[in-house]
Amino acid sequence: MVKSMGLETENKEIENNLREIARGLLKEKKVDVIIGYMEGTLPLLSQPIIIDSEEDVEKLIWNNLCYVNLAKYLVPRVPKFVNPEKGNLTVGVISKGCVGRGLIHLASENKINLDEIKIIGIPCNGVVNRQRIEMEIGEKEILEVSVFGDNIIVKGKDFEREFPYDEYMNDLCKTCKIRKPPLVSKSLDLCVGECEEYSNIVDDFSDISEFEALTPEEKWNQITEELSVCTRCYACREACPMCYCNLCFVDQNKPVWFGKTTDLPDVFVYHLIRAMHMAGRCVACGACSLVCPMGIDLNKINRKLEKIVKERFDFTSGLDPDVLPPMVDFKLEDAQEFALEED
Amino acid sequence: MTEPSVETKQSKNKEWEPKIIAFLCNWCSYAGADLAGVSRIQDPPNIRIVRVPCSGRINAYFIIKSLTDGWDGVLVSGCHPGDCHYISGNLVARRRFAILKELLEFFGIEPGRVNFMWASAAEGMRFAVLVRKATEIVKKLGQNKKFEKKW
Ligand code: SF4
Ligand code: SF4
Ligand code: SF4
Ligand code: FES
Repeated sequence: MVKSMGLETENKEIENNLREIARGLLKEKKVDVIIGYMEGTLPLLSQPIIIDSEEDVEKLIWNNLCYVNLAKYLVPRVPKFVNPEKGNLTVGVISKGCVGRGLIHLASENKINLDEIKIIGIPCNGVVNRQRIEMEIGEKEILEVSVFGDNIIVKGKDFEREFPYDEYMNDLCKTCKIRKPPLVSKSLDLCVGECEEYSNIVDDFSDISEFEALTPEEKWNQITEELSVCTRCYACREACPMCYCNLCFVDQNKPVWFGKTTDLPDVFVYHLIRAMHMAGRCVACGACSLVCPMGIDLNKINRKLEKIVKERFDFTSGLDPDVLPPMVDFKLEDAQEFALEED
Repeated sequence: MTEPSVETKQSKNKEWEPKIIAFLCNWCSYAGADLAGVSRIQDPPNIRIVRVPCSGRINAYFIIKSLTDGWDGVLVSGCHPGDCHYISGNLVARRRFAILKELLEFFGIEPGRVNFMWASAAEGMRFAVLVRKATEIVKKLGQNKKFEKKW
């Protein structure tokens, strides 16, 4: 991220570039549809848009509120992009780093076919932690949000506040090392726009070390306090590109073996098992936390997952579609330091 | 290796004893528990056994539900890695357990609440020793009150 340019100009440039690419792709019929972001209906939001004609290209935007992971729209739970005559459509996806990772990881799980996709890579400079801003503004209504230089300016009826972007960036974006979609060496024409090759990503996970050093009691208190407000709306699940199960475990009710209430044990079970399902699959997009209506921060849990799979299996999700994800693989010599042994 | 003694017997003193649910693989550990029994090796009476076809059958939810239902401890035992009746069931399960163990800790559950072990059908003694060890760990932690309903 080139700091001196200022967020605003940088975003404008990215936006112009991506429109240019999108227009080209549609004109040359390299893709049938393009999924991207458009202006949201509320100031702190953006929303996904699917376009199939050149006129609509102007609707595509890029700014620091584009936090939905668009890879979600390509997985089976939502209707596939099919044309009765032409068969499967080719889809261009406006991809920041984590969207690209999401697509590549989904390909490694055989959920999407990369031949039917074009990754329109853009260099991401992070997204705003919308909940934090909303929390600080409180009850007042936000009418306008803009970026000026490196600051986020939030305006309402009788107030105007400035937030330094660096600080009010989503937590996962602060630690993100994969800002452009990864390049897939086997299919180089997959990526149009900016992609990058990654090898040996170094991450010290120092952001969660403070939490990890707490005693079990302290961790329990912090985690349960955070989760206690969860209403089990499952917005976090619906936003996650990896949650494509036809029947999520919490919806299995023959027999009813998962508690449906919002009591702590049931909420705890939901979040712990959801985390289990994300191990080695989460692509650190932060969409789950950013859509939570209760402002619950799931980033810490996701970072821990990243750390576990990195340390145990030396795996980073979404880099190579040909590498088996760790949870469907095994080795005889996997570490088992946790198993009880005789003294 | 010392032979476990009988001191955990509940009748002797009225001390609190943990209740531990044990998921044992049918082909090794369950048979190992059986062997411990027929060989009259004394092991703590704290475990209640659930027989599963393979450690690979154990869904993380079994373990978490045991905790939310109030069991003081959970013990999981399968065949030694490489010896699974279904060849790789326990190898897949081992990765799952590794992640579950770390996640439970991250969520603030005491590390000793959930224990994993391997024991073959021929290892009655090992089974007894490890069960005893697990029981002691859980006993030290005390009752599992985290998920008690408040009302
Ligand atoms: S768990 Fe959250 S951060 Fe991870 S891929 Fe899903 S939505 Fe993104
Ligand atoms: S939480 Fe688990 S079961 Fe539910 S949709 Fe996500 S991955 Fe599937
Ligand atoms: S989005 Fe928030 S409130 Fe809804 S289920 Fe997820 S964590 Fe709970
Ligand atoms: S059969 Fe014992 S662990 Fe698979």
